Amino acid sequence: MEIIETLISGLSSGGTYAMIALGYTMVYGIAKMLNFAHGDIIMVGGYAIYTTMIATKNPILGLGVAIIFCMLLGISVEKIAYKPLRGASPLAVLITAIGVSYLLQSTAQMIFGTAPKMVIVAEMGNMEIGALKIPYYIIVTLVCSAIVMVALTLFVKKTKTGRAMVAVSEDRGAAQLMGINVNRIIMITFAIGSALAALAGFFMLMKAPSLTNTLGAMPGIKAFTAAVIGGIGSIPGAMIGGLLLGIVEAVTSKSAAIAPYTDAIEFLILIIILLVRPTGILGKVRREKV
Amino acid sequence: MALLEVKDLQVYYGVIQALKGISFEVNEGEIVTLIGANGAGKTTTMQSIIGLIPSNHGTVIFDGQDITKVPCHKLVHAGLTQVPEGRRIFQELTVYENLLMGGFSQKDQSILKQDIEKIYERFPRLAERKNQIAGTLSGGEQQMLAIGRAMMSRPKLLLLDEPSMGLSPLLVDQVFEIIKQLRDDGTTILLVEQNAGKSLAISDRAYVLELGEIVLSGTGAELAASEEVKKAYLGG
Ligand SMILES: Nc1ncnc2c1ncn2[C@@H]1O[C@H](COP(=O)(O)OP(=O)(O)OP(=O)(O)O)[C@@H](O)[C@H]1O
Ligand SMILES: [Mg+2]
Repeated sequence: MEIIETLISGLSSGGTYAMIALGYTMVYGIAKMLNFAHGDIIMVGGYAIYTTMIATKNPILGLGVAIIFCMLLGISVEKIAYKPLRGASPLAVLITAIGVSYLLQSTAQMIFGTAPKMVIVAEMGNMEIGALKIPYYIIVTLVCSAIVMVALTLFVKKTKTGRAMVAVSEDRGAAQLMGINVNRIIMITFAIGSALAALAGFFMLMKAPSLTNTLGAMPGIKAFTAAVIGGIGSIPGAMIGGLLLGIVEAVTSKSAAIAPYTDAIEFLILIIILLVRPTGILGKVRREKV
Repeated sequence: MALLEVKDLQVYYGVIQALKGISFEVNEGEIVTLIGANGAGKTTTMQSIIGLIPSNHGTVIFDGQDITKVPCHKLVHAGLTQVPEGRRIFQELTVYENLLMGGFSQKDQSILKQDIEKIYERFPRLAERKNQIAGTLSGGEQQMLAIGRAMMSRPKLLLLDEPSMGLSPLLVDQVFEIIKQLRDDGTTILLVEQNAGKSLAISDRAYVLELGEIVLSGTGAELAASEEVKKAYLGG
């Protein structure tokens, strides 16, 4: 029984990582940049939920506001900070992203101060099935993230915009020749990634209600790791990488002796996978055709 | 009035000038070929006409409209498209999905379906392989797909950058045959080729590009008969 509980809890926090990793991987695949400010969108989403809940006490409304606010923020960051750097060296873009990350964290600190805010999105008990006892937040996270992953996969495979995203990530020039407006596709990508980050922020607050301006920092790095493990640029890769990290975390946290080394173990897995398969689990080795 | 008019086009890569002010035109219903050695600036010409590479000077007029500064993705709607050098089909998508991408600008679903069927009729090989991942097609099939994909947007003018590159002699003949058919069906063609003999044979007119400048022009037959062209491009 305990194994099943551990597994479910692992898949659930893995779902949260996957939500964040998807943002990294889609932006990398389509805009060809590492958006290191992505984790901080989670934090902004957290404060959006907090502020809405102070006003209305409604967590679902809070999530809605957070998603919309984060989408607009993601789009604006891309327009203002990244778009002028299209074609610039990757290093310049990376440094800019780190700058945006500090900007978001500092702005949040100026507005909300340094003391952690308590955000109780919902008082939920445990679900008991026979001998199984699983907190409801874990179930909610698991179900929601599964739905989002399926929906996103269908969106990319079956819709015109989704296929345009695949086309842009494979060959930006050829995509333009088809009549695809690359700027618009990049904008949509940032919007989706940011919405998923807001959702991840909601999941995190369900699990632990304490909110500070560095809420997104560690999960951001972990999810980036997940994206690289799965193969950066690959959407199913980000899902697999996220779930894998979640399960590893759940398993290691079971043993008091190993638990302190959870982060180290996760990064060790990253190193091993990259040694065996430098492109990550589902990453593609680009065939250069002449 | 010419369908495409290129006037004094200049392109720099950094400080290197790849196009030194070239002017030429393509009339409706023609096959016009640019021939030239490696590095002459053929691809640069094609890419800057269609807005993938910014030009530094000069104008491009298409169908009476100045398109010099129009972004690439809008030109498809105007009726201009390109089969780029190296084909650049979407390797991760299926044959069918590649054709769908080619019809990205087509809003009418029933026309889109009809157009895909027309492509399948023209290229039965693609119909047999519609659900195959395009990256696994043979070079010849990929070239058919690249041409089919471009035709999906119903272009008035089709730019073809070295469509015979890397194909076996039999397939090369087939590609030139297809180009002639496309023209006969009403698509104007601007062709870039290394295969000067075959391309001049199907061309109404042609230009010779050398180091970013047009050095010769004439009808296909005139250039094929010219001593300079024979020496430099026809191996004798
Ligand atoms: N991105 C680039 N940066 C710098 N120089 C470039 C770039 N692309 C092309 N060039 C240079 O511009 C010149 C023209 O290149 P272009 O690709 O237009 O030639 P081409 O006639 O198409 O040759 P090929 O027959 O080999 O395809 C060449 O000297 C090439 O080295
Ligand atoms: Mg070329």
